[in-house]
Amino acid sequence: MKIRLREIAHARSGDKGDISNVGLIAKEPRYYPALVREVTADRVKSHFGPLVLGPVTRYELPNLLALNFVMEQALDGGGTISLRTDAQGKTHGAALLTMEVEVEPHELTGSA
Amino acid sequence: MIRIANGQGFWGDWLEAPVRLVEGGPLDYLTLDYLAEVTMSILQKQRKADPNLGYARDFPPLAAKLAPSLRSKGVRVVANAGGVNPVACAREILRLAPGLKVAVVLGDDVLGKIDDLVTCGHELRNIDTGAPLVSIRDRIQSANAYAGAFPMARALDTGADIVLTGRCADAALALAPMIHEFGWKEDDWDLLAAGTAAGHIIECGAQATGGNCHLDWQTTPDFANIGFPLIEAEAGGHMVITKHPGTGGRVTRATVTEQLVYEIGDPTRYLTPDVVADFTTVHLTDDGPDRIALSGVRGAPRPDLLKVSISYLHGWKCIGTLVYSAPDALAKAETADRIVRERLAALNLSFEKIHTEFFGINACLAHLAPPLAEPAEVQVRIGARGRDKGSLERFSREVIPLVLNGPPTATGYGEGRPAVREVVAYWPALIPRNAIQPAIEAIS
Repeated sequence: MKIRLREIAHARSGDKGDISNVGLIAKEPRYYPALVREVTADRVKSHFGPLVLGPVTRYELPNLLALNFVMEQALDGGGTISLRTDAQGKTHGAALLTMEVEVEPHELTGSA
Repeated sequence: MIRIANGQGFWGDWLEAPVRLVEGGPLDYLTLDYLAEVTMSILQKQRKADPNLGYARDFPPLAAKLAPSLRSKGVRVVANAGGVNPVACAREILRLAPGLKVAVVLGDDVLGKIDDLVTCGHELRNIDTGAPLVSIRDRIQSANAYAGAFPMARALDTGADIVLTGRCADAALALAPMIHEFGWKEDDWDLLAAGTAAGHIIECGAQATGGNCHLDWQTTPDFANIGFPLIEAEAGGHMVITKHPGTGGRVTRATVTEQLVYEIGDPTRYLTPDVVADFTTVHLTDDGPDRIALSGVRGAPRPDLLKVSISYLHGWKCIGTLVYSAPDALAKAETADRIVRERLAALNLSFEKIHTEFFGINACLAHLAPPLAEPAEVQVRIGARGRDKGSLERFSREVIPLVLNGPPTATGYGEGRPAVREVVAYWPALIPRNAIQPAIEAIS
């Protein structure tokens, strides 16, 4: 079944220069494997499309049930240079949560 | 156990927060983070205009206001309010509150050493883009190395009520009191990593206590009286993140986790001047209401290179806006954008970029924005930037005329022509650790 990421995860995003990073966190431990499987760096890169011009790198933090996406050339130069309203990528977390992912019903309920 | 709080996540944060932290419950150390990436360049400009300026001007009046309770409650302050002129900041504090003891940490300013460093073969390449410094050498405004926690801890050793620094690693503000109190050594990597992780969690103020938190934000208690975060730190490296009782917001696994992953790169290598912390080793446990405990944090030896933040003049920018109302608000706004671009194209001006957003439609989320029925109003927001100030000044005159000679219902232009602003940009680079010599000075 297809669901929006926001149903199983929450997120926070911020900036370092022209780099935007999104921390994606499973709402429940049982959702984490689906995040790891579905939310790949490639899928995040294509989801953001023209908002992110550079490469996307994914890091895993299983201890926090989290993934960290580091997105380069993501803020029109970043900081003071950027002409975007969201020059600091503050909304990129919410933007990632709009992604649709494919999950098995049992992954949501926890029963096999 | 000592309690270390953060009462400012940036220069501009809630003014009441530091006062409530000192007066609203037990506390030993109050940290305040005033310096964003580009703040140093603004302060450098202010010091050029007046040698007695160049620091966070909010801080001395706050210090004076807090002075009686700092003394009666035994709270000490660690703040990077010094900017590019910590000594002047200290003098202003003492002018307003003569009884306080202030120590400043100096040595982060490397502006005068840039040419020597380049001559010695340090290219100071931009660590994000790889570009060599020579491309901006003649436009540099400031250069400050990120200092670590040890010089601040030595300043606390002097017995100062207030320790003032310039540029430093944000998490080091909270780590310094731990080093001072617990006698942690420069190679206590796991302890330094634990303090750094806790410091990172509180460095953005209420972002650790429910502010800007996605998860169930609608149920966050009492945003108006949100409690700012504090660490209960123990000598063995056990840390609890909490807040004063009776305050708003909340401390949960979600609020703490969101902040742990905020503005980081590789989580196994969170780089600071003091230690390389591995955030994939942080173990969080619930420790009662509004209490999250951290354990298991591992650290690796500190890097040989220090980050230096260089600011330079990038050019100019200008952003003009107009609001169009329904019906056809978006079509009118799109037409306005086309007109402005056609007129600019006929003028032979020079821009690095022109960028248009339709506010209320796609400004932040672009193609990911949810679909909208007929919007009641749309703001067209056209921004331009470039190296040629004259072109930007002409641009600033090309948006407002559409009120009378473009599509109907243009409004919201009350501010008149938009301002042309100088863009001071940020250039992160690396320098050898021995390029800076931290010094501590007591000011009286």
